[in-house]
Amino acid sequence: MAGADEAAQRSPVHWSVWALVCVAGAVAFAVVALSRGETVNAVWLVVAAVCSYLIAYRFYSLFIANRVLQVDPARATPAARRNDGLDYVPTNKYVLFGHHFAAIAGAGPLVGPVLAAQMGYLPSTLWIIAGVVFAGAVQDFIILFLSTRRDGRSLGDMIKSEMGAVPGVIALFGVLAIMVILLAVLALIVVKALADSPWGTFTVFATIPIAMLMGIYGRFLRAHRIGEMSAIGFVLLMAAIVLGQGVSESPTLAPMFTFSGESLALMLIAYGFIASVLPVWLLLAPRDYLSTFLKIGTIVGLAVGILIVMPELKMPAVSRFVDGSGPVFAGSLFPFLFITIACGAVSGFHALIASGTTPKMIEDESQIRLIGYGAMLMESFVAIMALIAACIIEPGAYFAMNSPPAVIGSTAAEAAQTISSWGFVITPDALTQLARDVGEKTVLSRTGGAPTLAVGMAHVLSSLLGGSALMAFWYHFAILFEALFILTTVDAGTRVARFMIQDLLGTFVPAMRETQSWPANLVATTLAVGAWGYFLYQGVVDPLGGINTLWPLFGISNQMLAAIALILATVILFKMKRHAYVWVTIAPTIWLVVCTLTAGWQKVFHDAPAIGFIAQANRFSEALAQGKILAPAKSIADMHRVVFANYLDAALCAAFMAIVIAMIVSGAVAIRRALATPTASTKEIGYDTQGLGAART
Amino acid sequence: MIRKALALRARERLQSWYRLAAQTAHLMVGLPDYATYVEHRRRHHPHDPVMSRDDFFRNCQARRYTPAPGRGVRCC
Repeated sequence: MAGADEAAQRSPVHWSVWALVCVAGAVAFAVVALSRGETVNAVWLVVAAVCSYLIAYRFYSLFIANRVLQVDPARATPAARRNDGLDYVPTNKYVLFGHHFAAIAGAGPLVGPVLAAQMGYLPSTLWIIAGVVFAGAVQDFIILFLSTRRDGRSLGDMIKSEMGAVPGVIALFGVLAIMVILLAVLALIVVKALADSPWGTFTVFATIPIAMLMGIYGRFLRAHRIGEMSAIGFVLLMAAIVLGQGVSESPTLAPMFTFSGESLALMLIAYGFIASVLPVWLLLAPRDYLSTFLKIGTIVGLAVGILIVMPELKMPAVSRFVDGSGPVFAGSLFPFLFITIACGAVSGFHALIASGTTPKMIEDESQIRLIGYGAMLMESFVAIMALIAACIIEPGAYFAMNSPPAVIGSTAAEAAQTISSWGFVITPDALTQLARDVGEKTVLSRTGGAPTLAVGMAHVLSSLLGGSALMAFWYHFAILFEALFILTTVDAGTRVARFMIQDLLGTFVPAMRETQSWPANLVATTLAVGAWGYFLYQGVVDPLGGINTLWPLFGISNQMLAAIALILATVILFKMKRHAYVWVTIAPTIWLVVCTLTAGWQKVFHDAPAIGFIAQANRFSEALAQGKILAPAKSIADMHRVVFANYLDAALCAAFMAIVIAMIVSGAVAIRRALATPTASTKEIGYDTQGLGAART
Repeated sequence: MIRKALALRARERLQSWYRLAAQTAHLMVGLPDYATYVEHRRRHHPHDPVMSRDDFFRNCQARRYTPAPGRGVRCC
């Protein structure tokens, strides 16, 4: 093999550099894993992660490229064959890396690790690193490669053509369900961050007129000047944060921007509906520019900040909550840690992006490794930074922010007492002082990850710039930054969900497929917004605080999609007759299937009401039978709603499990058929006459 | 003489980095390179009309946010 010859010819200097990286990584891992009792500096986590990424990229991804996939730089890519200057354009690999990374990096890697920090930083770190190296980056890389060899076809299309029409439709339903849960949980994060926070609410509201101003500027005054539009938007955004402080301190203005979770949820639902029918240039596109650039800038800023400030990790390496009794999310380390941290370790959603616009712009096949595997490593690094941000906060404050009121009460005194009794000593004064520092009335039960991340980021950024005087500014900057791109996702995601609904319903009612028709659009938009809006509202009134219910559902569905993508990859490897290397995709598939099915089973059937949906439904039905009302329900009707919502969640979870099992069966059938065929039988496009690139070896 | 040549090379390099950075930023928000598009049209479809910069921008913007199979999906 070319790779092996090349490797043998490398100089001793080359190998000694790699030996050094290995040693540095090993030392960092030893410090992170073995120190007990004394605090560990966050930089060790960064070193351990970066060394692992470098080694994985240099060796494992090269092995996948050369041996498993046998990429062929001489082979024409879709961009070369179908170059149209628009969708199919051969693009510089670094430019395309940036495009792909911006498309895969969202709120996921920022939220999951923050929630998982309740178990300590060590389990999360190990899973983020091992997950990305052996599952997440492998999935992104292989799917991008497969799509590039198939004219940039989508995941659904590839499943249909390689595995059959029925698995294709099943996968489509799965994607739609994930979309709905994703939008609900992201919207819930915004609601949790903005509830009773006039400062945050004002700044996030202000983004709407700011984006519209940018949109009008870019449409009528200076077309296509994205840089100018974004600069104007950025300045106004910063002004909105500064103004927000004045609003929160004004006795007349503050109440106008103070809302309960319920009203914010209803407003978001209305917003989602209106935003997704507005022309894209007015709101969606300009805000997308702002949120994309702000996201990249903040990620870079956070990385630089952590390296300069070098904060100490205050969370223990492994906390007592690995046993499943944690207040942030219920359930033990296995399987729930692996469900909670999806993006950053392995995210099925990326399979949709890796089979979207990126494969149509690949210049030559040898670059797929950098873009597919490399960009995912970068996303994993974002997850490590989010974990660090959560772990440099005083653990007592972390638990005060992330536990539902049912567990820690609603006053600083109660919360401090409960949390101190868990062994994370904190005083009520420390909690009220933290709230004052970040410019909020309270930080208790600000669940959902965003506020915690904001406090951690404010710690880092204010040590870097501005000191404690700017702590509140940076906190609201971080809240705004997350809310901004979550709202962009809500808007764009609603459009995607609407499209998918129109496509699915179009099978039965052809009129629904008319994307230009207003009635069809309105029906589909209502269905899309209604679906995620229902879960959002249930999340807001949920007895466990919502995140506890929705995040695991999202994690399960996202890992389910990853399993589906890896099953497809396995089937194709069998069809390509790469039998010696199928373990590369089979191993992560088995792990994901075991995790999703175990977590799904426990979410449905577990005896503890905090974990099992049916147990929770039963608890409320029994109380109903005795005429009692359990908090936070306020009426009999509320009680009935909680019961129904839990049965619905259980059904959805069971449906996800059924989809996984159906895909395993279809995968097995396809593999058997491939084994019975003596020659390579995959359907590639673009090599010589009809695609059988594999037959060449 | 040599210093002048070096300065020129440094400037060229900086310009090409700037171009790549600008291209990256634009592609991150779904806008491909206009010059590449014009060059492509000129070379392969010399007799067909070429979109103006404004039309190109609007066309790309509309397509980025109008979902179609394999397009318009973004991540969590």
